[in-house]
Amino acid sequence: MSAIRTTAKCTLVLGALLILPFVSSGQESHIGKLNGHAGTGRELYFRYCWGCHGFHGDGNGENAPYLNILPRNFVAATFKCRSTPTGTLPTDKDLFNSLVRGFNNTNMPSWITLTDQNRADLVAFIKTFSPRWKTDKAGDPITVPAEPKLTMESIKHGQELFQKLECWKCHGQEGRGDGPSASTLTDSNDQPIRPYNFAAGSRFKCGSTNEDLYKIFLTGVDGTPMPSFGDVVKPEEAWDLVHFLRTLQVNHKSPELALWESTKEGAEQVASRRIKGTATGSGIQQ
Amino acid sequence: MYLKSPRLRDRWLVFLTSGVSFVLLFLALVLGNNQTASALPTPGVRVRAIPAFARKYGLPCSSCHEAWPKLSPFGQAFKDNGYQLGNERDAPIFQQPAYWPIAIRITPHWHRESNDREVLDDPTTPGGSIEQKVTTHGFDLTGMDILAAGTLAKNISFLLVPSSDSTGAFHFESANVRFSNLLGSSWLNVKVGKFELDNLISEKRILGLSSNGGFYQIYHFVPIGDVNTFGLGDNQLGAELMGHSKDDRTRYSISLLSSNDGNVGLPNGHGYDTFMTVSQAFQVGSLGVQRVGAFAYIGRAPTYYSTQGGGATLVDGFGQKSFYRVGLLGQWYIKKLDFSTMWTHASDSAFLATATPANADLPVGARAPVWDGGMIETHYSLNPQLIFINRYELIRMSRQALLTNPGNLGDIDALTFGYRYYPFIGTRAGFAFHNEYSIVRQRGVSLTGLDVTTSGLFFGFDFAF
Repeated sequence: MSAIRTTAKCTLVLGALLILPFVSSGQESHIGKLNGHAGTGRELYFRYCWGCHGFHGDGNGENAPYLNILPRNFVAATFKCRSTPTGTLPTDKDLFNSLVRGFNNTNMPSWITLTDQNRADLVAFIKTFSPRWKTDKAGDPITVPAEPKLTMESIKHGQELFQKLECWKCHGQEGRGDGPSASTLTDSNDQPIRPYNFAAGSRFKCGSTNEDLYKIFLTGVDGTPMPSFGDVVKPEEAWDLVHFLRTLQVNHKSPELALWESTKEGAEQVASRRIKGTATGSGIQQ
Repeated sequence: MYLKSPRLRDRWLVFLTSGVSFVLLFLALVLGNNQTASALPTPGVRVRAIPAFARKYGLPCSSCHEAWPKLSPFGQAFKDNGYQLGNERDAPIFQQPAYWPIAIRITPHWHRESNDREVLDDPTTPGGSIEQKVTTHGFDLTGMDILAAGTLAKNISFLLVPSSDSTGAFHFESANVRFSNLLGSSWLNVKVGKFELDNLISEKRILGLSSNGGFYQIYHFVPIGDVNTFGLGDNQLGAELMGHSKDDRTRYSISLLSSNDGNVGLPNGHGYDTFMTVSQAFQVGSLGVQRVGAFAYIGRAPTYYSTQGGGATLVDGFGQKSFYRVGLLGQWYIKKLDFSTMWTHASDSAFLATATPANADLPVGARAPVWDGGMIETHYSLNPQLIFINRYELIRMSRQALLTNPGNLGDIDALTFGYRYYPFIGTRAGFAFHNEYSIVRQRGVSLTGLDVTTSGLFFGFDFAF
């Protein structure tokens, strides 16, 4: 009888072990028709994410001390890339898109190779780390009006706004991320942070399209010194700024850059700013 | 949390896995024949688990490997992108100057090998041979890999693998440079040097370590008497054009290879082979990413040589005769359970199969042999720390080179099962306890024309740092 009892206990424990991974903490995510489940997301998190984001989601993984842009602290529930107003929680879709995209110039890669369901499950689990997800609702996504037609006036007006709103203080007059305030900036982790260098890259922190840039401008990048300008500028002005900012990306072909270069002033400016490649093999274009 | 706190569960897993191990070990020792021999093969070295990447990017092994060295879709995409994550931090300039992209891998182990009809010298008859069952067992080493890999600059990467056998004799298992994302397109990547063929079911990442289970039979099979040394699992020298979609769901590759089976110094003189693959992956609900693919290898090999020094040195290969290997594969996922399936169809020239120089007459009735192979490999990943493995392969001759050969001469059935337990999953090093049993039966190949059965039992501590 003792042997039977022992066998029964072993069977129960083994059964529990097999079931354990499927036990869900209850949190869910909803992205379109996808429903993510935290229980499955937890397994994925501890396969892919914990090395940087840590066992407790506090951004304190074993690899975190070696990263110069610290991993996101999910406990703080402050997220950079949102479609929602500054200070609010992002939508599930925002988090999902962050996983698809990854973050340029950080150690966060794109997880596009995971299935949609995997990403939805991960989003659900990430939401278990902070009580904010139980007390607060995600913000309402901002409305993005249709992009107006690109004109030289739009670019010129955007250039004026760049000065008026003092974007240059951080991003520099040429958009190289070397404005007078750049060296003093820190993020919410008190870590030094460099403003986006328009001249170097083609992809922004939170996307690559004009609409993504519009959203960054209107929602801000929470956790960084980049504020929201939602209360400061009108939508059409924001689009003008978007058009101008594209002309600062001198190494990235765009309709805005092409239009800007079609003028004598623009062509001279772009030519003076564009440095083609480097001989160092670093892959960095300054 | 999942890895940190459930010590009870880990203890149970260790208990269960250790228990199975010791039962198998006990059976091996009790049931084993204690005769000794040194002719049995020792496990070859396996490659491709590169903690240097884990250290570079801070990702745990389990990100790129479902169970290292087997790649996950994320790891496959990382490899296909030239060892780059693509977030503008891949170039070496972003690493600490002290970072050195090198890892090592070796597996101290105990193993038992048995062959029920080993051909031995007959002690009673000078020059004669006898068949006898031979069983060896004891502590041993695999070979060692030194894995150096990474980026030289953005979109230029390299892989260098000096690899030793278990005696310490080195050769270059891999040495290549890759130019990725040419013209800004993920569809154009070129690799030159010595590299693994673009086998989606990778023998270099096989989850088997024993003499029989550490390689895919259908990648290396040739009919009895065939002099072709080619193996699909062997790294080859050449150039590869490869492309993939951004999410790596669609892949293709085409390679131009020297007809030397990866051996340096052009031992076969001249000649080129071609290898092509194409595959497509797709999501099936919450089951996972499924993939289907096809491959074809068209090659040739010499049947005689020009020589120097009275035949001591091969200078050039002549009488090149063709062979081919084609196949279909699938990778099927049902959440934690997955199956890799493969079917191959192959043929060698009658000259190669009968060891006949092309400038001589074939034996009467000789013809090109044809054979088919099938494989199903099953994995169950209980969690990132424990994976169970099962593999069955069969090879069937459908046409023998010589009419006098029995129809099933050389047919193979191979079964392997085991598990790998990773006591920890880290971002710096990898460690696994590996336990495996494999058994292979080949038809009619003993000295007296009987079947030969070989088996292996393997317990090892597989580590990479």
